Amino acid sequence: MRNRNGTRITMDLDRRLQTHGDFYSQKFQTTEREDTLVLNLGPQHPSTHGVLRILLEIDGEYILRAEPVLGYIHRMHEKIAEVMTYPQFAPYTGRIDYLHPLAWGWAHIGAVERLMEVQVPERAEYIRVITCELNRISSHLLWWGAYINDLGAFTPFFYAFDDREIISDILQRIIGSRLTFSFYRIGGVATDIDDRFVTETREFCNRMKERLKMYKALVTDNFIFRNRLEGIGVIPFETCRKYGATGPVLRGSGKAYDVRRAEPYSIYNRFDFEIPVYDTCDAMGRYLVRMDEIKESIKIIEQALDALPEGECINRKASKRPKPSPNDVYFATEGGRGKIGAHLVSDGGRSPYRLKLRSPSFSNLSLFSEVAQGTLIADAISILGSLDLVIPEIDR
Amino acid sequence: MMDLIFIPWQLFVIGVGLAAVMAFIGLNGLLLVYLDRKIGGFIQRRVGPYEVGPQGILQPVADGLKLLGKQVFTPRGADPVLYWLAPMISITPAIVVFIAIPFGPRLQVINTNVGLILILAFTGINVLALCLGGWASQNKYALLGAARDIAQSVAYEIPLLLSVLPIIFMTGTFNLFDIASGQGAWPWQWYILYQPVAFLIFFVCILAETNRSPFDLPEGESELTAGFHTDYSGMAFALFFLAEYAYMVIGSCLIATIFLGGFQGPILSGAWWFLAKVYILLLIMIWIRWTFPRLRFDQLLNVCWKWMIPIAVVNLLVTLAVISL
Amino acid sequence: MITKTFSATLRGLHSLLIGLGVTRNNLFRSSVTVHYPRETANLEGFRGPVELVPTEEDPTKPKCTACGNCIRICPSDCLYMTAAKPKKKEPQEDTSFNGQTAEESKTEKPAKKPKPEPQSFVLDFTYCSQCGLCVQHCPVGSLRFSNDVYLAGFSREEFVFDLLAKLKSQAQQKEQ
Repeated sequence: MRNRNGTRITMDLDRRLQTHGDFYSQKFQTTEREDTLVLNLGPQHPSTHGVLRILLEIDGEYILRAEPVLGYIHRMHEKIAEVMTYPQFAPYTGRIDYLHPLAWGWAHIGAVERLMEVQVPERAEYIRVITCELNRISSHLLWWGAYINDLGAFTPFFYAFDDREIISDILQRIIGSRLTFSFYRIGGVATDIDDRFVTETREFCNRMKERLKMYKALVTDNFIFRNRLEGIGVIPFETCRKYGATGPVLRGSGKAYDVRRAEPYSIYNRFDFEIPVYDTCDAMGRYLVRMDEIKESIKIIEQALDALPEGECINRKASKRPKPSPNDVYFATEGGRGKIGAHLVSDGGRSPYRLKLRSPSFSNLSLFSEVAQGTLIADAISILGSLDLVIPEIDR
Repeated sequence: MMDLIFIPWQLFVIGVGLAAVMAFIGLNGLLLVYLDRKIGGFIQRRVGPYEVGPQGILQPVADGLKLLGKQVFTPRGADPVLYWLAPMISITPAIVVFIAIPFGPRLQVINTNVGLILILAFTGINVLALCLGGWASQNKYALLGAARDIAQSVAYEIPLLLSVLPIIFMTGTFNLFDIASGQGAWPWQWYILYQPVAFLIFFVCILAETNRSPFDLPEGESELTAGFHTDYSGMAFALFFLAEYAYMVIGSCLIATIFLGGFQGPILSGAWWFLAKVYILLLIMIWIRWTFPRLRFDQLLNVCWKWMIPIAVVNLLVTLAVISL
Repeated sequence: MITKTFSATLRGLHSLLIGLGVTRNNLFRSSVTVHYPRETANLEGFRGPVELVPTEEDPTKPKCTACGNCIRICPSDCLYMTAAKPKKKEPQEDTSFNGQTAEESKTEKPAKKPKPEPQSFVLDFTYCSQCGLCVQHCPVGSLRFSNDVYLAGFSREEFVFDLLAKLKSQAQQKEQ
């Protein structure tokens, strides 16, 4: 078909059908078989929790090859850190992983404090621990609801959000937002907590213990649910080590590695909590690790509330516009998904020379193509859910 | 007027009956959509539909109007005839089947001696509709969903039939009216007491045949977008949707007739008892839908082949042994 | 073996019934959702757009000293401020000889410098991420978060707030 000037504006149907797919679909190496289907678990999909695209080669229901394609939400956080000054990067950390933003904020602020050798007052440390653990509980609750939603039960999602709303309310009074928290500052925290925060948090901890029993009755003990999870997505410890997986993925494969115990930061060595470990290596192990982590977080919060000291909530002598000497430092925290790392290199100016963010979901996702071979599509969805990925954190 | 004399009166009755049945299916569809969402809302501690009409009663009407107003198109590459044939093949048996179901002591369109066979045969045509729907959409997701659905439907036909056979052997007839009136008025006279295992198997098979949770993998909302009806929109989707609810109602009517005494009830036998039983069963189906995750596809088939069929066969053999003694 | 599978299956079916019981219990409880807009949720402490804090003496003037800390620290560059130019001193008429001696005129206090204040203070809310750095870095505490979160508008320009005008209208509303 041609327009008035004679230029071709449509192609033949045959040529159009031959150039289907994009760069990734065309370069996707399939196996030698000819009777397989190449499917895109596309960037828009109800259960990939973000814009994750997975190219699958399937034979009926079985996956022969899987390849994740990333980068759909790359927002250049590391480059932005190079043009912002040290305190100006704080709101960006809240948007990297919107489910556990306080852990990312802690990684960045902790790196700056380690670089500047800034002392943080005791009360601020306790507030940081309490808020970070509350955030971890809310992150695990959302993971739980979304995971069960992928498996087909739509109700536990709402029960989880009922609890999550209470956490959001508690944190909103202090921090001022419900999702993307920008709370930690160099030398402490932005605002102080009051008695109402303490009482509400204690009430929430008591309520959560009852709710966990209900979750166990509704979901964890459920026959159908256990059949969807047990034996699915076995990730042996060697695979975890190869790809650098951390967090519940690693702890569900038998290795008790938690940054709060292995490289203790802040005041975590004062608290008595256990690291849940299961050696079944399957999706059920990872699930149980996260449910136990909620219990451990409640324990930590209660201990911290009991021992909360009085004092300043921020070190007023900390420089508000730091200009550190050339040095580099690495600071790691335990996020809901694994080990979050911030490697900060300064060259003496007001902005860092380089900020490298280590994202736990990136390492956790890398083992997906190896683990998903030979599984059914429904199992692949179950494995993705049990890895607890947040795609913006992978793409940063 | 002279022409009307040459229409046999049975055909006239069937015509009127079909019109009444279509109205019944339509109203039921509306009510079930509303109940599904409202009860789901209450289970999830929220209000469900609320805005359209008082307490959201007019929500299904709004949904229907929306679906009617959508753009009607055929996807590129889809087979034009088969694409439009699939929803019609899906809904037609659903309407026709209702003519054999006894709603009340004098409320049945036709009273045939092969009523049960007619119903079971017509519900099997649904598989063809799903097959055509998935294939004609020229969509990989739809194809996968249709493939799963065909396997599931065909597999669960067998325990469906096997669990109905003991009742047929017990009563000796396929006539639904006779089966319903053969049971007494009180719950301990209903056939569910004689055949509890068959009741459970039949109930599970109805859930699987109509693709309800926990067997809704072909619809797989979180996995394959929407399964075999991914590419359908507007009225075609509405027909598939209506057909699913119609098959649910048919299944509940069958259970009520065969196992729960049909229209008979303790105090006043009549159509209201029948409707009450049907709706209690539908509510249980909705309750189950909102509670359980879905079974994986091979687990689904395993349940059928490894558990349902052996248990149904054993049940049948035991029934035959007891009858012949 | 057979008994184990049977007992496992029966226990599994029992767990399904427990799950049904949980949903049945929840079916009869009240709803936990907030029925917006008929009810509004608790928004205490929620960060709305920043606003200027008035001084005690003059509620139409902010505490701001036009230092520019907030402008520099904002990661999104959404604050714009121009400082008021200091008033030019009028050339003094030669009234020095009004009977004062030379010593007395020297001990007169120098005329007070005018307090620096902003002439215009604009917040472009379409870029603000409500991080709170401007609030924290203000040396006199002249910025705080407001609580008006129910903002709606028809165009982007409506979200470019003139904070001085807002302060003045707030002061007028308080007087009424």
